[in-house]
Amino acid sequence: MPRPSDVIVVGAGIVGAACAYALSRAGFVVTVIEAKAAASGTSGQGEGNILVSDRGPGAELVLAQYSLTRWDRIEQELAEYLPTGFPELEYELKGGVVVATTEAGAESLLAFAGTQRPAGVTAIELDHDGALALEPHLNPEVTAAVHYPQDAQVQPVIATEALLAAARTLGAATIFGEQVVGALRGPGPTITGVRTDRDEYPASQVIIACGPWSAQVAETLGSWLPVRPRRGVLLVTTRMPHKIFHKVYDADYVGAVVSDDHGLQTSSVIESTAAGTVLVGSSRRQSGFDQSLDLHAVREIARKAITIFPFLADASVMRVYGGLRPFMPDHLPVIGPDPLVSGLWHATGHEGAGISLSLGTGDLITSLITGSTSPVDPRPYAPARLPRPDTVEVPA
Amino acid sequence: MTDELQLIFNGERLTARRGQSIAGALLASGRRSWRTTAAGRLPRGLFCGIGVCFDCLVTVNGVRDIRACQRPATEGDVVETQDETLPLRRTEKSR
Repeated sequence: MPRPSDVIVVGAGIVGAACAYALSRAGFVVTVIEAKAAASGTSGQGEGNILVSDRGPGAELVLAQYSLTRWDRIEQELAEYLPTGFPELEYELKGGVVVATTEAGAESLLAFAGTQRPAGVTAIELDHDGALALEPHLNPEVTAAVHYPQDAQVQPVIATEALLAAARTLGAATIFGEQVVGALRGPGPTITGVRTDRDEYPASQVIIACGPWSAQVAETLGSWLPVRPRRGVLLVTTRMPHKIFHKVYDADYVGAVVSDDHGLQTSSVIESTAAGTVLVGSSRRQSGFDQSLDLHAVREIARKAITIFPFLADASVMRVYGGLRPFMPDHLPVIGPDPLVSGLWHATGHEGAGISLSLGTGDLITSLITGSTSPVDPRPYAPARLPRPDTVEVPA
Repeated sequence: MTDELQLIFNGERLTARRGQSIAGALLASGRRSWRTTAAGRLPRGLFCGIGVCFDCLVTVNGVRDIRACQRPATEGDVVETQDETLPLRRTEKSR
């Protein structure tokens, strides 16, 4: 039987990796168990966004702001635990520009920015000329824009691997290719470890960090979560001369992020990558775990991108990729102890913000497990807030 | 009808055989690479040869991003290598 762990983290995406790192740094013996590979799900299927621009005041913004302070110094902090020659995280404080191309869009964009400023978000209003000065190739029809210099990005796969490697240096074990199939149970509704398809792993605490797959894993372990997959699609152009200098979004993006609509929603999120390609998103659609090519979404994303940057009409799309976001009906992540099963914890439901919120999530869950002061008020994220359907029974 | 046709590659005359792709003509002329990677400026030419990897991109008759492995050479084609200025990285240091 494997060594007993203080904490098992199920899932090696960015959130699981951040939890493993924070807990290892706090002195816990940690084992990460992942069914596939590091960052093989949601974490490796997005853009690596670390945004404050898409959030109004509230609990998610608070966690994003705290996480941003952690991202600002994580590379330095990890350097101590990483082997020489470990690749850079490609953390870049490139800033975002949100653009409106209609009068109505301008009005709601500027009003939204007005609500963000008192909450500590730097949101600089730009007129037509100001917007074109920052992004000279924008559609000249631009009616208003807001510059968010705090928006950043990171290479999410490298970041995940770095957090896992640092955790290993601190004593954590990482196990790949084993699927969690059940719980080890103590007396009463208590979890004392997990069973995988190969072995049994005893532990005092178990954290589920499986993104959109967390609902299934929670059920396997005797609990329940309302996390659902929300699909997204991205287009990648061939390399081109550098013409886009920030993350550029259309003003509809915020509306799409906070909506509950199940149908297809698209809004532009466009940026150049370090390699010279342009990433063009984004879409949101709830269609289960379906990952087949969504040509309808691709067309709509491309059409909208051209209204923001007309020169993209001639660009060649080289690839289409995408993934599943862990969607929560109340648009807040689930971070904290399971209300049914003692020793079980959740760290999921970050929807499209998992990269951004991962470091804050790791610190928050570590503080809850150690009983130390939390970096942010944990109550808004507590799993106990979720209304539980009658069909879920408390395990005996 | 002759079996050969003429291309211009970066200003030089290049002879191709009818039915050959542009990549085929470049390889036949002894050229192994005609592009560089973004970060390390390492040489790239034909990799997959079946239109998937986008490693062999060239500009043909003024149109960018043509996959040399997929484009049949035609008489008088003007083929040019393409390069890009890369994004400046704005890191914390230069904030």
